[in-house]
Amino acid sequence: MNRVKNKIAPYLLVLPGGLWLLIFFAVPMVAMLSLSLQEGDIVNGYRFTGHWQTYTEAISNYDTQIIRSLIYGAVATLILIVLAFPVAYWIAFYGGKRKATYLFLVLLPFFVSFVLRTISWRQILTDEGPLLHPLREAGLISQSFHILGTPTAVILGLVYNFLPFMVLPIYVALERIDPRVVEAARDLYANPATTFRKVIFPLALPGVFAGVLMTFVPASSDYVNSEVLGSSETTMIGQVIQAQFLENSDYPTASALSFVLMLVLLIGVFTYARILGTEDVMKVAAR
Amino acid sequence: MTTPQHSRDTPAIEFVGVNKNYLSHGETVPAVKRTDLAIGQGEFFSLLGPSGCGKTTTMRMIAGFEEPTAGQVMLDGQDVTGVAANKRDVNMVFQSYALFPHLNTYQNVAFGLERKKVAKSEISRRVGEILEIVSLTGMEKRAPKEMSGGQQQRVALARALVNRPRALLLDEPLGALDLKLRQQMQIELKRIQREVGITFVYVTHDQGEALTMSDRIAVMNAGVIEQLGTPREIYEKPATRFVAGFIGTSNIVDGHVDRVEGGLALLSYTTQDRVVVPASQSVRTGDKLEVSIRPEKIDLHRGVPPVTATGGSVLSGTVTEVVYHGTSTNYTVSTAAGADFTVFDQNASSADDLADRGDRVYLTWAPQHSYMIGV
Repeated sequence: MNRVKNKIAPYLLVLPGGLWLLIFFAVPMVAMLSLSLQEGDIVNGYRFTGHWQTYTEAISNYDTQIIRSLIYGAVATLILIVLAFPVAYWIAFYGGKRKATYLFLVLLPFFVSFVLRTISWRQILTDEGPLLHPLREAGLISQSFHILGTPTAVILGLVYNFLPFMVLPIYVALERIDPRVVEAARDLYANPATTFRKVIFPLALPGVFAGVLMTFVPASSDYVNSEVLGSSETTMIGQVIQAQFLENSDYPTASALSFVLMLVLLIGVFTYARILGTEDVMKVAAR
Repeated sequence: MTTPQHSRDTPAIEFVGVNKNYLSHGETVPAVKRTDLAIGQGEFFSLLGPSGCGKTTTMRMIAGFEEPTAGQVMLDGQDVTGVAANKRDVNMVFQSYALFPHLNTYQNVAFGLERKKVAKSEISRRVGEILEIVSLTGMEKRAPKEMSGGQQQRVALARALVNRPRALLLDEPLGALDLKLRQQMQIELKRIQREVGITFVYVTHDQGEALTMSDRIAVMNAGVIEQLGTPREIYEKPATRFVAGFIGTSNIVDGHVDRVEGGLALLSYTTQDRVVVPASQSVRTGDKLEVSIRPEKIDLHRGVPPVTATGGSVLSGTVTEVVYHGTSTNYTVSTAAGADFTVFDQNASSADDLADRGDRVYLTWAPQHSYMIGV
């Protein structure tokens, strides 16, 4: 009896998650793929015609937004690495008994809604806001200097919103480093800078790698930050897809763009993993 | 690093009035109390003691990972107190090795030489040489986690030795290995030390390990060196009750001196039961003495004490435990002197045990096998 139970048990455990993925991931994917190959309009309905030209049209119409999104995502990710590493490093090596508290502080702002936080940035960055107004009064910046509506504002929003997703994986990687390995480097004549470069950073790479995946992908497909903090000059592909779906009701184009974005990101991630040498990274991670 | 004159007389490592306190919950806790220590060139020196005795702190002060609260640490006659670990010409073999997990054997071993900006060809030559000494030739490309514990141990050793340090510090390096491998590595370590001629400072809580390998041993307890001497001195002539108990098994018996005669003190318990111990000049009749006797020095007899025991110690007692150990049989005997004695009897012949539980027996041993402790 027990044996039979044990054979079934793993499948039963997989069932809820499996069903979830099937209903909310696999089925919509197929539906969206079919939708992207249909023709028609909202009034007369859509019919499947295998019209793949929607893809080429979508790409040629929105290539600017796709490329812009990838650039914003990449820049935000780079800034995130530079900002998050010291934070994670400090918590991991100097956090002492308060590590959990500091991590909680990093996460604290995220108990407030994503959209609300982004709108707060709008208040801060606006021309009459607490940042620019005094500077302009003091004559430190010109009348024509703005932040809101510029790429800077959008990238700043992305960086702010995705910070914990970079801090946490880097922290986990650093936290796992055996302090004796660091001491061994010091013992073998490495000064603090060399110890960081030759031992600590390489051992933290799996964390940086995970952090990049967790920030670059959602940042590139984000549509809230550009919507709230940007302008028509900063439109990202996420906004385009959202507008096609909800405003223009052009479901085929929206679906096609979604697939294109997904494909571009997948290719990007795989190339990145290749260049960085996933195997080495995974080796270190699996030690 | 500057190279000072290597003198035979200058100790490789010297502690001058070193002590080390830790601050724990606002309280000062002494880890190492005022210690003077000199370790000679090329010596195999062990710091032996139970956990928390200060042996690891002592070693970490040599390496530069801890700074003494007071006193000086000298390497080859140079004061290195306050000098950072990466600027001290000593290397350490860490407990559980602490190999760089992202580097292979070659890169691990070459790490120190690369930091010292040694030429590439020279690095490759020296790494090859040291890998041969530790029998790891052909393992250059292996990552640490692709190797067994014993192999990782050798990499850790090679990584330190390749730099030809003034001294090699080993922190319980064999602790993670199983018994067979540990015994093998003990012999290997000793061979390697002879080959490279570098001073080894060996931290261990394993007295057997310290006795087999060391030229000299410092037995530490509660931040103090209780005794410093050769393995034989420490085993045969324990200076304190702690040393007697920590190193091997000791029978410790106390009593008052009844008579001092010809350099021997006599402690009587009954008309028949007596302990005879070589006494120092200062011992007087009526003094209270602590005497230590090693279990393998004692003879066990059933029936009356033999005539050969005349002039030596004789204690009568009852056997309370008999444990067969293969090479020897261990007896526990409750004696007339008030203490339980342990006696090791070599199983030289395949004859039956000398005595059974409950037997009335006599323990005898020659005067020179009694040793006064703590005087």
